[in-house]
Amino acid sequence: MAVQPILELKEIHASYGSIKALKGISLRVYPGEIVAIIGANGAGKSSTLMATCCVLPIDRGEIWYNGQPIHGKAAESLPPTGLCQVPEGRRIFPRLTVDENLRLGAFHRKDKAAVEKDRQHMFSLFPILRDRRKQHGGTLSGGEQQMLAIARALMTRPKLLLLDEPSLGLAPLIVQQIFDIIHDINQKDGTTILLVEQNANLALQAASRGYVLETGTITLEDDAKKLLGNPEIRKAYLGE
Amino acid sequence: MLYQANPQAEEAMEYFIQQLINGLTLGGLYALIALGYTMVYGVIQLINFAHGEFFAAGGYVGVILLNFFAGRGLMDTHPWLGLFGAFALTMAYCAFLAMAVEKVAYKPLRHQSRLAVLLSALGMSIFLQNALMLTQGVFDKPYPGEKFSGGLVFGDIRISVLQMMIVGLTILLLVGLNLLVFKTRIGMAMRATAQDKVMTSLVAISSNRIISLTFAIGAGLAAAAGIMFGLYYGSVRYDMGFVPGIKAFAAAVLGGIGNITGAMLGGLIIGMVEIFGAGYISGQYKDVFAFIILIAVLYFKPTGIMGENVDDTRV
Ligand SMILES: Nc1ncnc2c1ncn2[C@@H]1O[C@H](COP(=O)(O)OP(=O)(O)OP(=O)(O)O)[C@@H](O)[C@H]1O
Ligand SMILES: [Mg+2]
Repeated sequence: MAVQPILELKEIHASYGSIKALKGISLRVYPGEIVAIIGANGAGKSSTLMATCCVLPIDRGEIWYNGQPIHGKAAESLPPTGLCQVPEGRRIFPRLTVDENLRLGAFHRKDKAAVEKDRQHMFSLFPILRDRRKQHGGTLSGGEQQMLAIARALMTRPKLLLLDEPSLGLAPLIVQQIFDIIHDINQKDGTTILLVEQNANLALQAASRGYVLETGTITLEDDAKKLLGNPEIRKAYLGE
Repeated sequence: MLYQANPQAEEAMEYFIQQLINGLTLGGLYALIALGYTMVYGVIQLINFAHGEFFAAGGYVGVILLNFFAGRGLMDTHPWLGLFGAFALTMAYCAFLAMAVEKVAYKPLRHQSRLAVLLSALGMSIFLQNALMLTQGVFDKPYPGEKFSGGLVFGDIRISVLQMMIVGLTILLLVGLNLLVFKTRIGMAMRATAQDKVMTSLVAISSNRIISLTFAIGAGLAAAAGIMFGLYYGSVRYDMGFVPGIKAFAAAVLGGIGNITGAMLGGLIIGMVEIFGAGYISGQYKDVFAFIILIAVLYFKPTGIMGENVDDTRV
């Protein structure tokens, strides 16, 4: 591909104290794609996303975003550049209202009128959030919290959105709704998406390409369709 | 007159009201100091043992400024301007001092154990207190309060101008702080930082800046309390931060540490108990009441009056 990747991880290593979580991860995401990372518990999926957002410092390697190296930057400097994450477990601020959680997504933005427009847009995408806007974030159900987490991330106007297990703990109907929205964000807004999932089937159906992560290393990289058809993948991650 | 008031009952009533006013004044001071403990605890879970020293530093910077203004004749021509100028400059000075202390003594230990930071805070307290002693001497330094010595007298009840000013300014600061924390963007960022620092970094909020700001606000309030204390009691001393500091800490714990409304309420209660205890039980034991309350709270309800269950007003 001649296009420049929007995100490129080059051989990144990261650790928690003496525990090595990432052992040389390399991956690329191109503009407009949905890319999935699948892998078992503890493989290093969340760590990969946290390293990408400069929350988890890397020991070695390089992270390039939009043609610029970003490793070593302060995590809070990235959302204004359009790099944004919906972290594992949603991390809604439990003692802030739904509306405050939403507004925090746009914390760095100065274009007040556009922020207000986006806020109304979020309320139309997720009507339940409008009804619950004065309620504490911690009182929402899991599905509602996931919607709020996605809406909060969209308030930053992301160019590249990292999603960590958006389906976790949700009923099938809600999961379908969330994935429809992910699809729309990608198709209508042109937002590039890097998606981490336990639910490999779901992730690979939504994505165009996928990476398989095992104990801190990428073991396989292919088109999502091919991964879905790969017997080993079906055996290891699709429970066949 | 249909009835004749009982002069003894009237006297007792006046005594009670006088104590109430004194308790309100002292309680307001404790509330101002307690807020610094509670806000810093709310944001980084540190009991800032050096906090009382910002109160003491405020007392000293305040008197130095007031004397300086008096020397220039400002206190004769514009006494209130001089007084509020001294408040503003002192609060700003202590805010910067606290930010510097945080950078030097706490920030480098952010990812170490809580005990390490706690010990660093104790060390900072000793250092600041000694710095004050070495530069300002060990003796009481008198406060020039006579400009504001007038007051209102209702029978036996006296409310000095100073007392009214202290209560008025305290209320103003407490209301202002509430507005800042609960109604502004920056306050929202502060509360978010107290809840989840990883997530705030993912929404472009720098926790370093918020932590700095929290120290600055807490120290500013303590500094204001320091000047009020000097004006009210007539003098300051290098070690004045210790006892009020611990009482304010007791107030923060009583209110539920981390809770802003709790700290205000706790300060008021501790001030009232101290004044009424001294007035009706024994003046000798006035410093003991706060600690009895602290021990009782820790024993019976460690989360304080407004702890865990009253989430709304936590930092
Ligand atoms: N804060 C932490 N401290 C120590 N070790 C950690 C920490 N977070 C993750 N790890 C370790 O790093 C490795 C990778 O964890 P990570 O959370 O990235 O896995 P994951 O692929 O997201 O797993 P899951 O599917 O369960 O979310 C694991 O072995 C985990 O135990
Ligand atoms: Mg994970």
